[in-house]
Amino acid sequence: MTKVFQKTKLLTDEVMHYCPGCTHGIVHRLVAEAIDELGVQGKTVGVVPVGCAVFAYKYFNIDTQEAAHGRAPAVATGIKRVHPDNVVFTYQGDGDLASIGTAEIVQAAHRGEKITAIFVNNAIYGMTGGQMAPTTLVGQKTTTSPYGRDKDHCGSPIRMSEMLATIEGSAYIERVALNNNANIMKAKRAIKKAFETQIAKKGFSMIEVLSTCPTNWGKSPVEAMEWLEENMIPYYPLGVKKEV
Amino acid sequence: MAKVTINEELCKGCELCIRACPKKILVLSDTKLNSKGYHPCEITDMSACIACAACARTCPDVVIEIEK
Ligand SMILES: Cc1ncc(C[n+]2csc(CCOP(=O)(O)OP(=O)(O)O)c2C)c(N)n1
Ligand code: SF4
Repeated sequence: MTKVFQKTKLLTDEVMHYCPGCTHGIVHRLVAEAIDELGVQGKTVGVVPVGCAVFAYKYFNIDTQEAAHGRAPAVATGIKRVHPDNVVFTYQGDGDLASIGTAEIVQAAHRGEKITAIFVNNAIYGMTGGQMAPTTLVGQKTTTSPYGRDKDHCGSPIRMSEMLATIEGSAYIERVALNNNANIMKAKRAIKKAFETQIAKKGFSMIEVLSTCPTNWGKSPVEAMEWLEENMIPYYPLGVKKEV
Repeated sequence: MAKVTINEELCKGCELCIRACPKKILVLSDTKLNSKGYHPCEITDMSACIACAACARTCPDVVIEIEK
């Protein structure tokens, strides 16, 4: 018998603390497999965020550095500039990247930093108990928008991929989703492509992964996947937003 | 002939694999509980498995291994 699928050695044996059905675990696996397939384990450095992925350093068999909330692109910039031959990526939630860390991600792209951002967009602040994020959909109920996000009061959800794609320094930007087998495989290819873009020194790269937070969305993991399909994908269109 | 090995102790019973399986041969166990208190998923008919690995790819905790 041959192995068709087995856990990559780039993930540790540590039991992940994520809630049942949380897609952070899938994103971890895809990032780990991409690093493994590119053969860059020994020179990859991950910068992990504040948010539910705060313990991500325990799960990857690579070097990692913790960053303050939203500051991962600044920390990654420092590491990459000192070690230009390393592969450096940030792993960030939407509260982290699109709210408190907006300045850092925009300026990293603007400077054309040769880093890769893995952007986990679950349309909510997960770790702190489900507050509204800039990415929360209009009408979506959260603990700080109990009647649903009101567009007049809070504006419309921000599309970070489209925005960063307008910046000269960005070289590869794609939005993917984890709602089915085909899209999970596409997400893996996108992450690999982003790392390849960095290795080719073309500029900044980011993969936005439409993700679920079943716990704070108040849904079962399966219902959350369906909600993502019906609500997030129409507002956040999948595909390559920038390729140079 | 395919073989699916599920690490039942680490399964969190999220049912994403059940949703992903095109053959609909995965279920949550009625009888087993793991030490975290979850009913782990199990396979009802190994002979029907086509080893597509859709279940393994959607499992956030990477608890499924597939052989063919
Ligand atoms: C400077 C600072 N401000 C606020 C917080 C509180 N805080 C922790 S996690 C978080 C948001 C996390 O949401 P997100 O980045 O979307 O990640 P998720 O937990 O959903 O994966 C906030 C506001 C903090 N830790 N540090
Ligand atoms: S709170 Fe949400 S984002 Fe955080 S681990 Fe749970 S499901 Fe995942």
